[in-house]
Amino acid sequence: MNVLTQPTPSSAAMIRTLGLVATVCGILIVSAYQSTREAVAANKRIALERAVFKVIPGAASVKEFVAGTAGVQPAGATPPLGAVKFYAAYDQAGALKGIAAEGAAKGYADTVRVLYAYDPEKQAITGIGVVSMRETPGIGDKIHSDPAFLKNFVALDAQLAADLKSLAHAIKVMKHGAKQNPWEIDAIAGATVTSKAVGKGINDSAQKLLPLLVPHLDTLQGGK
Amino acid sequence: MATAPLIPGQKPRSNLEELLEGVWKQNPVFVMVLGMCPTLAVSVSAMNAMSMGLATAFVLVGSSLLVSLMRNLVPKEVRIATYILIIATFVTVVDYAIQAISLALYDALGAFIQLIVVNCIILGRAEAHASKNRPVKAVLNAIGMGAGFTIGLFALGAVREILGAGKLFGVSLFGPDFQPWVVMVLPPGGFFVLGAWLLLFNWLDSRKAAPAKPTESHAHV
Repeated sequence: MNVLTQPTPSSAAMIRTLGLVATVCGILIVSAYQSTREAVAANKRIALERAVFKVIPGAASVKEFVAGTAGVQPAGATPPLGAVKFYAAYDQAGALKGIAAEGAAKGYADTVRVLYAYDPEKQAITGIGVVSMRETPGIGDKIHSDPAFLKNFVALDAQLAADLKSLAHAIKVMKHGAKQNPWEIDAIAGATVTSKAVGKGINDSAQKLLPLLVPHLDTLQGGK
Repeated sequence: MATAPLIPGQKPRSNLEELLEGVWKQNPVFVMVLGMCPTLAVSVSAMNAMSMGLATAFVLVGSSLLVSLMRNLVPKEVRIATYILIIATFVTVVDYAIQAISLALYDALGAFIQLIVVNCIILGRAEAHASKNRPVKAVLNAIGMGAGFTIGLFALGAVREILGAGKLFGVSLFGPDFQPWVVMVLPPGGFFVLGAWLLLFNWLDSRKAAPAKPTESHAHV
């Protein structure tokens, strides 16, 4: 049975060995997948909730929705074409606390993905959190820690224009110290490219999402 | 198939020697300088470095055990394919396990978890050691190598985190007035710190190798 001593083992022996190894490996992988699946799903949900709760303080639960031309509906298996995904956050009593959605734009090193909170009453962006980025540590990554920069997002104006087709004022990133209007973002000195990515990501996403979402805000109320 | 053992010797090595080989004499990071890609890339913090080291060590031990158990069954024509299959399996298991433990850690390590598949330390151990030794020896050797890799990564990660962020395991060490050396957590910092460690190890080595002429080496200092 010692195949190593034979000059060339038969193909059958090789196939048998590889088949045996593949079977053992397959069983190992499947059991690892099965035993970690629930923990992984729970981790992903916790990570999402944590990210949403961070930008919408006071929220107690999160639901996923899509906004499309046909209105707002819970995110299902097959979202309609052109629909935009967002998260609705509710407080303990089940009242709508705010909307969170993701924006992404090219930063200095790679795509910067941010989660922003939209307050329907104030019609403003009320907070941001970073989902993922690979910006330079100590320079670009200040976007999630620089207090002066985060102050931009306490009440960043995101009103819709009268025709409800786009934002009244596009969200713009200004050079450090040049912010004048409530819809402008004051960039971090030395990290203008990353700051601009944050602004562009939010603007692109809000321009698409808010015109679809705002006319249907009632459907989200009380949707425990 | 004439891969010579790393330390040619006449008598078989004891279990303790097998275990300690990877920790010190043939440390994968500081002596063999293998697996540099993950070493330089994920050693930005002590936590990342430790996790990467432990993940690699798990794959190393698991695949060494399996390769060693099957060493008489595998025809040599398909041995590399078999090793890759076994290694890839353990990498997939580790991948799921890390996702289940912490998504933040999973994101921090990024593609380097999957890249353990092509880590030359692991394939090297399978080919040069596990396929020629009994399971106990193979596992002991793999544990030693895994520990050595983890220690090496930790040595880099700790220095880079202390200098580059002023922290160790996320705990601030120097208070708010410390201005971190940001370069240490950037790619060049990895080379600086690795170079410094290699310098230290080689210096220790050369001092041990030439103890006979202490006065001469003194004169050079």
